[in-house]
Amino acid sequence: MSFFAHVFGWFTTSSNWWGPQGILLLFWHQLTLSAVVVVGAVVLGGGLGLFLGHTGRGGLVAVNAANAFRAVPTLALLTLLAIQPAISLKWNGFLAAWIALTALAIPPILTNTYVGMREVDADVRDAAKGMGLTGGQSLRTVEAPLAVPFVMAGVRTASIEVVATSTLAAYVSYTDLGTFVISGLNENNSVLAFSGALLVAAMAGLVALVLTVLTRVLTPRPLRRRRAVRANDLALPQPVGGTQPL
Amino acid sequence: MLIGTNPFFRWSYVTDNWSQIQADLVQHIELSVIAVAIGTAISIPLAVLAWRYRLVRAPVFGIASTLYIIPSLALFAILGPITGFVASYPTAEIALVGYTLLIMIWNTVAGLDAVPEDARDAATGLGYTPTAALIRVDLPLALPFIFAGLRVATATVIGLVTVTALIGLGGLGQQITYGFNIGYNTPIIVGLVLSIALAAVADLLLVGAQRLAVPWSRTRRPREVAGV
Repeated sequence: MSFFAHVFGWFTTSSNWWGPQGILLLFWHQLTLSAVVVVGAVVLGGGLGLFLGHTGRGGLVAVNAANAFRAVPTLALLTLLAIQPAISLKWNGFLAAWIALTALAIPPILTNTYVGMREVDADVRDAAKGMGLTGGQSLRTVEAPLAVPFVMAGVRTASIEVVATSTLAAYVSYTDLGTFVISGLNENNSVLAFSGALLVAAMAGLVALVLTVLTRVLTPRPLRRRRAVRANDLALPQPVGGTQPL
Repeated sequence: MLIGTNPFFRWSYVTDNWSQIQADLVQHIELSVIAVAIGTAISIPLAVLAWRYRLVRAPVFGIASTLYIIPSLALFAILGPITGFVASYPTAEIALVGYTLLIMIWNTVAGLDAVPEDARDAATGLGYTPTAALIRVDLPLALPFIFAGLRVATATVIGLVTVTALIGLGGLGQQITYGFNIGYNTPIIVGLVLSIALAAVADLLLVGAQRLAVPWSRTRRPREVAGV
Protein backbone atom coordinates (compact mmCIF):
# COMPACT_ATOMS: atom_id res chain seq x y z
CA MET A 1 0.00 0.00 0.00
CA SER A 2 2.92 2.30 0.64
CA PHE A 3 3.59 2.48 -3.09
CA PHE A 4 0.23 4.07 -3.76
CA ALA A 5 0.70 6.30 -0.76
CA HIS A 6 3.89 7.55 -2.41
CA VAL A 7 2.02 8.11 -5.67
CA PHE A 8 -0.65 10.03 -3.78
CA GLY A 9 2.09 12.01 -2.09
CA TRP A 10 3.62 12.85 -5.47
CA PHE A 11 0.34 14.19 -6.79
CA THR A 12 -0.31 16.26 -3.70
CA THR A 13 3.12 17.91 -3.71
CA SER A 14 2.54 21.38 -5.11
CA SER A 15 6.08 21.71 -6.51
CA ASN A 16 5.26 18.85 -8.87
CA TRP A 17 2.51 20.95 -10.41
CA TRP A 18 4.17 24.32 -10.88
CA GLY A 19 7.55 25.40 -12.17
CA PRO A 20 9.70 24.53 -15.19
CA GLN A 21 9.31 20.77 -14.75
CA GLY A 22 5.78 20.91 -13.37
CA ILE A 23 2.77 18.97 -14.55
CA LEU A 24 0.96 22.04 -15.86
CA LEU A 25 3.78 23.24 -18.08
CA LEU A 26 4.56 19.76 -19.39
CA PHE A 27 0.87 19.19 -20.07
CA TRP A 28 0.90 22.43 -22.08
CA HIS A 29 3.98 21.25 -24.00
CA GLN A 30 2.30 17.99 -24.93
CA LEU A 31 -0.90 19.76 -25.92
CA THR A 32 0.85 22.32 -28.14
CA LEU A 33 3.04 19.72 -29.84
CA SER A 34 0.03 17.51 -30.55
CA ALA A 35 -2.11 20.42 -31.73
CA VAL A 36 0.57 21.74 -34.10
CA VAL A 37 1.06 18.24 -35.52
CA VAL A 38 -2.64 17.55 -36.03
CA VAL A 39 -3.38 20.96 -37.57
CA GLY A 40 -0.48 20.52 -40.00
CA ALA A 41 -1.57 17.00 -40.85
CA VAL A 42 -5.15 18.16 -41.47
CA VAL A 43 -3.89 20.81 -43.88
CA LEU A 44 -1.56 18.41 -45.71
CA GLY A 45 -3.40 15.09 -45.53
CA GLY A 46 -6.89 16.56 -45.55
CA GLY A 47 -6.08 18.92 -48.42
CA LEU A 48 -4.57 16.13 -50.48
CA GLY A 49 -7.50 13.84 -49.65
CA LEU A 50 -10.05 16.48 -50.68
CA PHE A 51 -8.25 17.15 -53.92
CA LEU A 52 -7.77 13.48 -54.82
CA GLY A 53 -11.31 12.63 -53.77
CA HIS A 54 -12.75 15.51 -55.80
CA THR A 55 -10.87 14.67 -58.97
CA GLY A 56 -11.06 10.93 -58.32
CA ARG A 57 -7.61 10.44 -59.80
CA GLY A 58 -4.54 8.81 -58.25
CA GLY A 59 -6.31 8.43 -54.96
CA LEU A 60 -5.84 4.71 -54.46
CA VAL A 61 -2.12 5.01 -55.01
CA ALA A 62 -1.87 7.76 -52.40
CA VAL A 63 -4.05 5.90 -49.92
CA ASN A 64 -2.06 2.70 -50.29
CA ALA A 65 1.23 4.55 -49.95
CA ALA A 66 -0.07 6.29 -46.83
CA ASN A 67 -1.18 3.00 -45.32
CA ALA A 68 2.11 1.30 -46.08
CA PHE A 69 3.78 4.16 -44.23
CA ARG A 70 1.87 3.19 -41.11
CA ALA A 71 4.08 0.16 -40.59
CA VAL A 72 7.05 2.42 -39.82
CA PRO A 73 7.68 2.31 -36.05
CA THR A 74 7.49 5.89 -34.80
CA LEU A 75 10.25 5.30 -32.25
CA ALA A 76 12.64 4.55 -35.12
CA LEU A 77 11.64 7.64 -37.08
CA LEU A 78 11.85 9.83 -34.00
CA THR A 79 15.31 8.66 -32.96
CA LEU A 80 16.62 8.68 -36.52
CA LEU A 81 15.55 12.31 -36.95
CA ALA A 82 16.86 13.27 -33.54
CA ILE A 83 20.41 12.17 -34.35
CA GLN A 84 20.63 14.02 -37.67
CA PRO A 85 22.84 17.09 -37.16
CA ALA A 86 20.52 19.25 -39.28
CA ILE A 87 17.54 18.46 -37.05
CA SER A 88 19.05 16.95 -33.91
CA LEU A 89 17.59 18.49 -30.82
CA LYS A 90 16.51 21.74 -32.45
CA TRP A 91 13.90 23.59 -30.40
CA ASN A 92 14.50 21.09 -27.59
CA GLY A 93 13.47 18.14 -29.71
CA PHE A 94 10.29 19.78 -30.98
CA LEU A 95 11.35 19.64 -34.64
CA ALA A 96 12.19 15.93 -34.65
CA ALA A 97 8.98 15.14 -32.79
CA TRP A 98 6.95 17.35 -35.11
CA ILE A 99 8.16 15.63 -38.28
CA ALA A 100 7.91 12.09 -36.89
CA LEU A 101 4.43 12.62 -35.49
CA THR A 102 3.21 14.30 -38.67
CA ALA A 103 4.23 11.19 -40.59
CA LEU A 104 2.07 9.25 -38.14
CA ALA A 105 -0.90 11.61 -38.36
CA ILE A 106 -1.22 12.01 -42.13
CA PRO A 107 -2.24 8.44 -43.14
CA PRO A 108 -5.51 8.19 -41.17
CA ILE A 109 -6.57 11.72 -42.15
CA LEU A 110 -5.70 11.29 -45.83
CA THR A 111 -7.36 7.88 -46.07
CA ASN A 112 -10.56 8.93 -44.34
CA THR A 113 -10.88 12.19 -46.26
CA TYR A 114 -10.41 10.39 -49.56
CA VAL A 115 -12.88 7.66 -48.66
CA GLY A 116 -15.36 10.27 -47.40
CA MET A 117 -15.15 12.16 -50.68
CA ARG A 118 -15.62 9.01 -52.72
CA GLU A 119 -18.63 8.03 -50.61
CA VAL A 120 -20.48 11.17 -51.67
CA ASP A 121 -23.40 9.99 -53.77
CA ALA A 122 -22.76 10.42 -57.50
CA ASP A 123 -26.33 11.72 -57.89
CA VAL A 124 -25.58 14.48 -55.38
CA ARG A 125 -22.51 15.45 -57.38
CA ASP A 126 -24.58 15.50 -60.57
CA ALA A 127 -27.26 17.59 -58.89
CA ALA A 128 -24.64 20.12 -57.79
CA LYS A 129 -23.38 20.28 -61.36
CA GLY A 130 -26.93 20.57 -62.69
CA MET A 131 -27.54 23.54 -60.41
CA GLY A 132 -24.65 25.24 -62.11
CA LEU A 133 -22.05 24.96 -59.35
CA THR A 134 -18.45 25.06 -60.48
CA GLY A 135 -16.08 22.29 -59.40
CA GLY A 136 -14.72 24.42 -56.56
CA GLN A 137 -18.18 25.46 -55.36
CA SER A 138 -19.40 21.88 -55.41
CA LEU A 139 -16.32 20.82 -53.44
CA ARG A 140 -16.78 23.53 -50.82
CA THR A 141 -20.55 23.60 -50.37
CA VAL A 142 -21.61 20.05 -51.22
CA GLU A 143 -18.92 17.39 -51.21
CA ALA A 144 -16.71 18.53 -48.32
CA PRO A 145 -19.60 18.95 -45.82
CA LEU A 146 -20.90 15.49 -46.70
CA ALA A 147 -17.43 14.06 -46.09
CA VAL A 148 -17.08 15.68 -42.65
CA PRO A 149 -18.05 12.60 -40.59
CA PHE A 150 -15.33 10.60 -42.33
CA VAL A 151 -12.74 13.35 -42.11
CA MET A 152 -13.43 13.77 -38.41
CA ALA A 153 -13.12 10.03 -37.83
CA GLY A 154 -9.65 10.32 -39.32
CA VAL A 155 -8.80 13.42 -37.31
CA ARG A 156 -9.92 11.73 -34.13
CA THR A 157 -7.88 8.60 -34.79
CA ALA A 158 -4.85 10.69 -35.71
CA SER A 159 -5.19 12.93 -32.64
CA ILE A 160 -5.43 10.01 -30.25
CA GLU A 161 -2.41 8.37 -31.84
CA VAL A 162 -0.44 11.60 -31.82
CA VAL A 163 -1.15 12.39 -28.18
CA ALA A 164 -0.26 8.83 -27.21
CA THR A 165 2.93 8.81 -29.23
CA SER A 166 4.04 12.31 -28.23
CA THR A 167 4.85 10.60 -24.93
CA LEU A 168 7.79 9.05 -26.78
CA ALA A 169 9.04 12.51 -27.78
CA ALA A 170 10.30 12.77 -24.21
CA TYR A 171 12.81 10.08 -25.16
CA VAL A 172 14.45 12.48 -27.61
CA SER A 173 14.55 15.28 -25.04
CA TYR A 174 11.32 17.13 -25.77
CA THR A 175 9.75 17.76 -22.38
CA ASP A 176 6.12 16.76 -21.99
CA LEU A 177 4.18 14.43 -19.69
CA GLY A 178 6.21 11.54 -21.11
CA THR A 179 9.24 13.07 -19.42
CA PHE A 180 7.98 11.87 -16.04
CA VAL A 181 7.62 8.34 -17.39
CA ILE A 182 10.99 8.27 -19.15
CA SER A 183 12.92 9.77 -16.24
CA GLY A 184 11.06 7.51 -13.85
CA LEU A 185 12.08 4.45 -15.87
CA ASN A 186 15.67 5.67 -16.27
CA GLU A 187 16.12 6.50 -12.60
CA ASN A 188 14.31 3.36 -11.45
CA ASN A 189 11.80 5.62 -9.74
CA SER A 190 8.60 3.66 -10.15
CA VAL A 191 6.53 6.26 -8.27
CA LEU A 192 7.50 8.93 -10.81
CA ALA A 193 7.00 6.59 -13.80
CA PHE A 194 3.63 5.43 -12.50
CA SER A 195 2.38 8.93 -11.70
CA GLY A 196 3.49 10.21 -15.09
CA ALA A 197 1.79 7.28 -16.77
CA LEU A 198 -1.47 8.09 -15.01
CA LEU A 199 -1.23 11.66 -16.29
CA VAL A 200 -0.51 10.49 -19.83
CA ALA A 201 -3.43 8.06 -19.72
CA ALA A 202 -5.73 10.76 -18.36
CA MET A 203 -4.66 13.12 -21.12
CA ALA A 204 -5.29 10.49 -23.81
CA GLY A 205 -8.77 9.89 -22.40
CA LEU A 206 -9.47 13.60 -22.28
CA VAL A 207 -8.43 14.07 -25.91
CA ALA A 208 -10.60 11.14 -27.02
CA LEU A 209 -13.55 12.67 -25.20
CA VAL A 210 -13.04 16.20 -26.55
CA LEU A 211 -12.76 14.89 -30.10
CA THR A 212 -15.91 12.85 -29.80
CA VAL A 213 -17.75 16.02 -28.81
CA LEU A 214 -15.99 18.07 -31.50
CA THR A 215 -16.95 15.55 -34.18
CA ARG A 216 -20.57 15.89 -33.21
CA VAL A 217 -20.45 19.68 -33.25
CA LEU A 218 -18.72 19.87 -36.63
CA THR A 219 -20.98 17.36 -38.34
CA PRO A 220 -23.71 19.07 -40.36
CA ARG A 221 -26.98 18.65 -38.49
CA PRO A 222 -28.80 16.35 -40.94
CA LEU A 223 -25.86 13.92 -40.90
CA ARG A 224 -25.69 13.68 -37.12
CA ARG A 225 -28.05 10.80 -36.67
CA ARG A 226 -25.98 8.52 -38.82
CA ARG A 227 -22.89 9.54 -36.87
CA ALA A 228 -24.55 8.94 -33.55
CA VAL A 229 -24.82 5.26 -34.35
CA ARG A 230 -21.07 5.07 -34.34
CA ALA A 231 -20.52 7.70 -31.67
CA ASN A 232 -19.80 5.16 -28.98
CA ASP A 233 -16.48 4.26 -30.53
CA LEU A 234 -13.68 6.33 -29.12
CA ALA A 235 -10.70 5.16 -31.05
CA LEU A 236 -12.32 2.14 -32.51
CA PRO A 237 -11.00 0.60 -35.65
CA GLN A 238 -13.89 0.09 -38.01
CA PRO A 239 -14.68 -3.54 -38.61
CA VAL A 240 -12.53 -4.54 -41.50
CA GLY A 241 -12.80 -7.11 -44.24
CA GLY A 242 -15.85 -9.16 -45.07
CA THR A 243 -18.66 -7.75 -47.08
CA GLN A 244 -19.69 -4.82 -44.91
CA PRO A 245 -20.36 -1.82 -47.19
CA LEU A 246 -18.44 0.35 -44.75
CA MET B 1 33.09 0.22 -32.03
CA LEU B 2 32.25 1.92 -35.26
CA ILE B 3 31.48 5.37 -34.05
CA GLY B 4 33.20 8.32 -35.62
CA THR B 5 31.71 9.00 -39.01
CA ASN B 6 28.00 8.37 -39.33
CA PRO B 7 27.13 7.15 -42.83
CA PHE B 8 23.48 6.63 -43.72
CA PHE B 9 23.98 2.89 -43.64
CA ARG B 10 27.00 0.67 -43.12
CA TRP B 11 26.79 -2.99 -44.05
CA SER B 12 29.71 -3.98 -41.86
CA TYR B 13 27.58 -3.16 -38.81
CA VAL B 14 25.08 -5.78 -39.90
CA THR B 15 27.66 -8.48 -40.57
CA ASP B 16 29.64 -7.69 -37.39
CA ASN B 17 26.57 -7.70 -35.15
CA TRP B 18 24.53 -10.37 -36.90
CA SER B 19 24.12 -12.61 -33.84
CA GLN B 20 22.78 -9.73 -31.73
CA ILE B 21 20.42 -8.63 -34.52
CA GLN B 22 19.23 -12.19 -34.86
CA ALA B 23 18.59 -12.45 -31.11
CA ASP B 24 16.62 -9.18 -31.18
CA LEU B 25 14.59 -10.41 -34.15
CA VAL B 26 13.78 -13.65 -32.34
CA GLN B 27 12.71 -11.75 -29.22
CA HIS B 28 10.55 -9.47 -31.37
CA ILE B 29 8.83 -12.48 -32.94
CA GLU B 30 8.37 -14.15 -29.53
CA LEU B 31 6.81 -11.07 -27.95
CA SER B 32 4.52 -10.55 -30.93
CA VAL B 33 3.38 -14.15 -31.35
CA ILE B 34 2.62 -14.58 -27.64
CA ALA B 35 0.65 -11.33 -27.55
CA VAL B 36 -1.44 -12.09 -30.64
CA ALA B 37 -2.05 -15.72 -29.58
CA ILE B 38 -3.19 -14.84 -26.06
CA GLY B 39 -5.12 -11.83 -27.34
CA THR B 40 -7.02 -14.00 -29.83
CA ALA B 41 -7.67 -16.71 -27.26
CA ILE B 42 -9.22 -14.14 -24.91
CA SER B 43 -11.00 -12.06 -27.55
CA ILE B 44 -12.99 -14.70 -29.37
CA PRO B 45 -14.89 -16.03 -26.32
CA LEU B 46 -15.45 -12.45 -25.13
CA ALA B 47 -16.70 -11.46 -28.57
CA VAL B 48 -19.09 -14.42 -28.64
CA LEU B 49 -20.46 -13.40 -25.23
CA ALA B 50 -20.75 -9.77 -26.30
CA TRP B 51 -22.56 -10.86 -29.46
CA ARG B 52 -24.96 -13.22 -27.67
CA TYR B 53 -25.75 -11.11 -24.64
CA ARG B 54 -26.43 -7.40 -25.10
CA LEU B 55 -25.73 -6.86 -21.39
CA VAL B 56 -22.13 -8.02 -21.77
CA ARG B 57 -21.48 -5.91 -24.83
CA ALA B 58 -21.16 -2.51 -23.15
CA PRO B 59 -18.70 -3.51 -20.40
CA VAL B 60 -16.57 -5.61 -22.77
CA PHE B 61 -16.25 -2.80 -25.30
CA GLY B 62 -15.84 -0.23 -22.52
CA ILE B 63 -12.89 -2.01 -20.94
CA ALA B 64 -11.28 -2.90 -24.26
CA SER B 65 -11.52 0.64 -25.61
CA THR B 66 -10.19 2.14 -22.39
CA LEU B 67 -7.16 -0.15 -22.59
CA TYR B 68 -6.80 0.76 -26.23
CA ILE B 69 -6.47 4.51 -25.75
CA ILE B 70 -3.90 4.31 -22.93
CA PRO B 71 -0.54 5.08 -24.55
CA SER B 72 1.71 2.01 -24.60
CA LEU B 73 4.59 3.54 -22.67
CA ALA B 74 2.17 4.62 -19.93
CA LEU B 75 0.62 1.17 -19.78
CA PHE B 76 4.06 -0.41 -19.35
CA ALA B 77 4.86 2.02 -16.55
CA ILE B 78 1.50 1.46 -14.86
CA LEU B 79 1.79 -2.33 -15.06
CA GLY B 80 5.42 -2.41 -13.89
CA PRO B 81 4.75 -1.81 -10.19
CA ILE B 82 1.63 -4.00 -10.34
CA THR B 83 3.28 -7.08 -11.83
CA GLY B 84 6.33 -6.32 -9.70
CA PHE B 85 8.88 -6.26 -12.48
CA VAL B 86 9.31 -3.47 -14.95
CA ALA B 87 11.53 -5.18 -17.51
CA SER B 88 9.67 -8.43 -17.79
CA TYR B 89 7.70 -10.45 -20.29
CA PRO B 90 4.53 -10.32 -18.14
CA THR B 91 4.55 -6.52 -18.08
CA ALA B 92 5.10 -6.26 -21.82
CA GLU B 93 2.69 -9.04 -22.72
CA ILE B 94 -0.20 -7.83 -20.56
CA ALA B 95 -0.01 -4.44 -22.26
CA LEU B 96 0.43 -5.87 -25.76
CA VAL B 97 -2.47 -8.29 -25.27
CA GLY B 98 -4.53 -5.33 -24.05
CA TYR B 99 -4.08 -3.61 -27.40
CA THR B 100 -5.17 -6.63 -29.42
CA LEU B 101 -8.44 -7.03 -27.47
CA LEU B 102 -10.39 -4.14 -28.95
CA ILE B 103 -9.30 -4.89 -32.52
CA MET B 104 -10.07 -8.61 -32.25
CA ILE B 105 -13.34 -8.28 -30.33
CA TRP B 106 -14.59 -5.51 -32.62
CA ASN B 107 -13.91 -7.49 -35.77
CA THR B 108 -15.22 -10.79 -34.40
CA VAL B 109 -18.50 -9.22 -33.27
CA ALA B 110 -18.83 -7.48 -36.65
CA GLY B 111 -18.20 -10.82 -38.36
CA LEU B 112 -20.81 -12.62 -36.25
CA ASP B 113 -23.29 -9.80 -36.86
CA ALA B 114 -22.74 -10.20 -40.60
CA VAL B 115 -23.66 -13.91 -40.68
CA PRO B 116 -26.66 -14.14 -43.02
CA GLU B 117 -29.96 -14.93 -41.30
CA ASP B 118 -30.59 -17.66 -43.90
CA ALA B 119 -27.47 -19.56 -42.85
CA ARG B 120 -28.59 -19.44 -39.24
CA ASP B 121 -32.11 -20.59 -40.17
CA ALA B 122 -30.66 -23.44 -42.17
CA ALA B 123 -28.56 -24.50 -39.17
CA THR B 124 -31.64 -24.47 -36.96
CA GLY B 125 -33.57 -26.41 -39.58
CA LEU B 126 -30.85 -29.05 -39.65
CA GLY B 127 -31.33 -29.48 -35.92
CA TYR B 128 -28.13 -27.80 -34.74
CA THR B 129 -28.07 -26.77 -31.09
CA PRO B 130 -27.10 -23.10 -30.61
CA THR B 131 -23.59 -24.13 -29.54
CA ALA B 132 -23.14 -26.44 -32.51
CA ALA B 133 -24.42 -23.71 -34.81
CA LEU B 134 -21.96 -21.27 -33.28
CA ILE B 135 -19.01 -23.59 -33.85
CA ARG B 136 -20.01 -25.01 -37.24
CA VAL B 137 -21.84 -22.10 -38.85
CA ASP B 138 -21.48 -18.70 -37.19
CA LEU B 139 -17.77 -18.68 -36.37
CA PRO B 140 -16.64 -20.16 -39.71
CA LEU B 141 -18.73 -17.56 -41.57
CA ALA B 142 -17.20 -14.82 -39.41
CA LEU B 143 -13.67 -15.97 -40.26
CA PRO B 144 -12.98 -13.33 -42.95
CA PHE B 145 -13.62 -10.62 -40.34
CA ILE B 146 -11.63 -12.46 -37.69
CA PHE B 147 -8.68 -12.74 -40.06
CA ALA B 148 -8.97 -9.07 -40.95
CA GLY B 149 -8.77 -8.31 -37.22
CA LEU B 150 -5.80 -10.64 -36.81
CA ARG B 151 -3.94 -8.81 -39.57
CA VAL B 152 -4.53 -5.40 -38.00
CA ALA B 153 -3.72 -6.69 -34.50
CA THR B 154 -0.52 -8.35 -35.68
CA ALA B 155 0.70 -5.23 -37.48
CA THR B 156 -0.12 -3.11 -34.43
CA VAL B 157 1.66 -5.43 -32.01
CA ILE B 158 4.78 -5.71 -34.17
CA GLY B 159 5.00 -1.92 -34.17
CA LEU B 160 4.36 -1.61 -30.43
CA VAL B 161 6.98 -4.18 -29.46
CA THR B 162 9.68 -1.66 -30.41
CA VAL B 163 8.43 0.58 -27.59
CA THR B 164 9.13 -2.14 -25.02
CA ALA B 165 12.80 -1.29 -25.56
CA LEU B 166 12.18 1.60 -23.18
CA ILE B 167 11.41 -0.88 -20.41
CA GLY B 168 14.42 -3.03 -21.24
CA LEU B 169 12.95 -5.57 -23.67
CA GLY B 170 12.17 -4.42 -27.14
CA GLY B 171 13.26 -6.99 -29.70
CA LEU B 172 14.28 -4.88 -32.67
CA GLY B 173 13.53 -1.81 -30.59
CA GLN B 174 16.84 -2.47 -28.86
CA GLN B 175 18.61 -1.74 -32.12
CA ILE B 176 16.73 1.54 -32.28
CA THR B 177 17.56 2.70 -28.75
CA TYR B 178 21.16 1.50 -29.15
CA GLY B 179 21.56 3.54 -32.36
CA PHE B 180 20.03 6.57 -30.69
CA ASN B 181 22.24 6.28 -27.60
CA ILE B 182 25.45 6.17 -29.62
CA GLY B 183 24.15 8.60 -32.30
CA TYR B 184 24.60 6.12 -35.12
CA ASN B 185 22.12 5.66 -38.01
CA THR B 186 22.72 2.07 -39.02
CA PRO B 187 21.23 0.22 -36.01
CA ILE B 188 18.10 2.41 -36.16
CA ILE B 189 17.65 1.66 -39.85
CA VAL B 190 18.23 -2.05 -39.18
CA GLY B 191 15.49 -1.97 -36.52
CA LEU B 192 13.15 0.03 -38.73
CA VAL B 193 13.59 -2.06 -41.88
CA LEU B 194 13.45 -5.42 -40.11
CA SER B 195 10.31 -4.55 -38.18
CA ILE B 196 8.57 -3.41 -41.37
CA ALA B 197 9.76 -6.61 -43.07
CA LEU B 198 8.52 -8.67 -40.14
CA ALA B 199 5.09 -7.00 -40.36
CA ALA B 200 4.97 -7.66 -44.12
CA VAL B 201 5.92 -11.33 -43.75
CA ALA B 202 3.43 -11.82 -40.91
CA ASP B 203 0.70 -10.27 -43.05
CA LEU B 204 1.51 -12.55 -45.98
CA LEU B 205 1.42 -15.59 -43.70
CA LEU B 206 -1.96 -14.54 -42.36
CA VAL B 207 -3.31 -14.04 -45.88
CA GLY B 208 -2.05 -17.52 -46.72
CA ALA B 209 -3.62 -18.97 -43.61
CA GLN B 210 -6.90 -17.30 -44.48
CA ARG B 211 -6.86 -18.81 -47.97
CA LEU B 212 -6.51 -22.23 -46.37
CA ALA B 213 -9.06 -21.64 -43.61
CA VAL B 214 -11.69 -19.84 -45.67
CA PRO B 215 -11.42 -21.31 -49.14
CA TRP B 216 -14.90 -20.07 -50.10
CA SER B 217 -14.08 -16.40 -49.82
CA ARG B 218 -11.39 -14.51 -51.63
CA THR B 219 -9.17 -12.46 -49.35
CA ARG B 220 -9.96 -8.80 -49.33
CA ARG B 221 -7.65 -6.05 -48.28
CA PRO B 222 -8.52 -4.99 -44.75
CA ARG B 223 -10.37 -1.70 -44.91
CA GLU B 224 -9.18 0.67 -42.30
CA VAL B 225 -11.63 3.48 -42.68
CA ALA B 226 -11.40 4.83 -39.18
CA GLY B 227 -7.92 3.51 -38.87
CA VAL B 228 -6.23 1.84 -35.97
